Amino acid sequence: MIAAREYARFLWRCFRVSFAGDWRYHLWMTALTVVALLGLNAYAKQLVHGLGTAGLSDQVSWGLYIANFTFLVGMAAAAVMLVIPVYIYRNQELHDLVIFGELLAVAAILMCLAFVTVDLGRPDRFSHLFRRFNFPISMLTWDVVVLNGYLLLNLHICGYLVYCAYRRRRPSKLFYIPFVFVAIVWAVSIHTVTAFLYVGLGGRPFWNSAIIAPRFLASAFAAGPAFLLVTLWVLDSYTDYVVPAKAFATLKNIVTVALLINMFLLVCEVFTEFYTDSAHGVSARYLFFGLHGYHALVPWIWSAIGLNTSALLILLLPLSRRPALRNLACLMLIVGIWIEKGMGLIVPAFIPSPLGEIVEYLPTWNETLVCLGIWAFGLLVFTVLVRVTIPVLAGRLTIDRLYSPDYTRRVPVVLDHAQPTPEVLP
Amino acid sequence: METAQDAAVSPSPENSRRSFLRSAVTIASGMSAFVAALSPLHELDADDVPTLEGFLQKHYKEMGPGEMQTALARIKREVDKRYSVDSVVRDVRPKEGVEFVYALNLSRCIGCRRCVHACVAENNQSRSPEIQYIRVLEMPRGTIDIERGNHHYDRPTVPDLLHYYMPVQCHQCANPPCVKVCPVEATWQESDGITVIDYDWCIGCRYCEAACPYWARRFNFVEPEIPKEQLNPEISYLSNRPRPKGVMEKCTFCLHRTREGKMPACLEACPVGARKFGNVLDPESEVAHILREKRVFVLKEDVGTLPRFFYYFDERYPRPEGEPALDPLHADEAKAR
Repeated sequence: MIAAREYARFLWRCFRVSFAGDWRYHLWMTALTVVALLGLNAYAKQLVHGLGTAGLSDQVSWGLYIANFTFLVGMAAAAVMLVIPVYIYRNQELHDLVIFGELLAVAAILMCLAFVTVDLGRPDRFSHLFRRFNFPISMLTWDVVVLNGYLLLNLHICGYLVYCAYRRRRPSKLFYIPFVFVAIVWAVSIHTVTAFLYVGLGGRPFWNSAIIAPRFLASAFAAGPAFLLVTLWVLDSYTDYVVPAKAFATLKNIVTVALLINMFLLVCEVFTEFYTDSAHGVSARYLFFGLHGYHALVPWIWSAIGLNTSALLILLLPLSRRPALRNLACLMLIVGIWIEKGMGLIVPAFIPSPLGEIVEYLPTWNETLVCLGIWAFGLLVFTVLVRVTIPVLAGRLTIDRLYSPDYTRRVPVVLDHAQPTPEVLP
Repeated sequence: METAQDAAVSPSPENSRRSFLRSAVTIASGMSAFVAALSPLHELDADDVPTLEGFLQKHYKEMGPGEMQTALARIKREVDKRYSVDSVVRDVRPKEGVEFVYALNLSRCIGCRRCVHACVAENNQSRSPEIQYIRVLEMPRGTIDIERGNHHYDRPTVPDLLHYYMPVQCHQCANPPCVKVCPVEATWQESDGITVIDYDWCIGCRYCEAACPYWARRFNFVEPEIPKEQLNPEISYLSNRPRPKGVMEKCTFCLHRTREGKMPACLEACPVGARKFGNVLDPESEVAHILREKRVFVLKEDVGTLPRFFYYFDERYPRPEGEPALDPLHADEAKAR
């Protein structure tokens, strides 16, 4: 009972802290809130008028929502690329950073769940999933299981570590190390299962390829750590949190190798589709060169390839030790991979339709707003999680310290000076 | 975010009042922005708001006879109110020893699309936007590659002599990929081979639509519209009752007709007799005869879906009088004889 009250107090204090920050923080949070609410407004319109408010059709029945979902599953899985070096290769530079990877995973999975929900025609019937669950036949039910399981795993791991730091207790290995190892396998599973969603459809030759799951993982392990690199750079530059220089180098290497593998797999895919010249490759022809005068996706895929290639070149040059260039490369490859998975993988599988009809897809403004809203919501969650975690890990927000939520009067009060200084996490 | 210098300052009452006011204003403006963002929900129709009755309704296969009667009564109430008709709503079950098969004669089809429109009239598809279960392809001679078909041919007269016509609709596969992928079992194959959808159970994820290799499924992206005078009031739970927005629908071989011995609407509308339908388990049926005697093929055999929809050609050179038909199952024995 006391423990529960203590935990509630912890959550309440975190909530207060999440409102404290300098003007940049407030500007960022306000902007995200505004965009998230615009997205909510667009979704309310979609609820009233139906999915017809999106640019979808019976020919192209999945679009931006599922594309973003797929991309974000990858971002969530990428946390594992920080966990593996630390817990398997004992790379201690990254140790404290693992928790940021896991916080990113939490935010990304929440975004995934939001994207799947807005894609449903009847979200009001959500409970049918609990009442008649087509497991293990439908791959979608596997995805529901692995995504929610991954969310719980990560919530447990970072929640436990952060709360221990807050209570100034040394975390018991038994309570989190086994979960860390389960989460490593689980991270691979979420993106593999998501790939199987598409790969398992015999009627969609463009997806019906065994290379999709490895491609998903490679691109995720490039985009996720790239996002973390930029995040850590922001923390390092604008807060008092210090990121060890070696951590940047390790992450950059991970991104570079993953991007190289991703580009290689893309080349394998393109060769198979085009050299064999079979009917199998019609969607690929539409994607890369256009078909019968239709070429809406051509500019997208070539800009993705351009962005990824340039990012790779920058990362391979010694020049990229400069943070500005490294950040630029990271942002380029995040956008490049986002396009590759959305406009480059989800949409072309529907064009031409199974009966050979070509209907192109153009997202509507309302649909785009919903997507932007979910992204803003996810970034909001991620920012709050990071905002709260930093002072806790630094020992400035602990059970025995009052922390004023007002940034201008930043006044942690040490109640008991006899207390030892906060312990650093193992 | 913080460059904390730990300094002990106890908050003065004035400070706390100001910070309380500031929090109150922040929370109030946040809440009002949130409510404003949700304002489009006011436009929701009363019919669109989920009801407790709808929420409590069970999956089709779990409903007992009493629960089914309640559901049918609710559907009748809603349809009668919305379309000002006196509808007859039934739940028509499959018969024992029946497996339905469709056969379509490509030598005869003239591409008039009468089947398309008969289907829409019978099955209460949305007229705006138009939803149709049958798509007729105009195919150039010399290929069965459907990617070379023309979906939108518009000629003053049909048939065009340089083309042949290939209508495509749900193939009622024996190994249906659409059923496999549904996360909530809202679609399944019945004992007579017809794949159906419980429109009250579908969550609208459109995974089945992505899985179908024949593009046979349709989604209600918006509220379907049917003029009152065009509504067919003879409706059934699993087939032609009006659908809500946000769910899938598909051809059901007109199960409310065919399970009672009638023919599908598309077949009755065909002016040239290109469409044949029946119980393949009955060796005397016309479809059983066609499968035995004609040059039959299925579309996209390579995807392994085992369709129950067969295309065939008339034999150009009928076999000599008196010579028995080749039974494909025993062709080798026949040849040996």
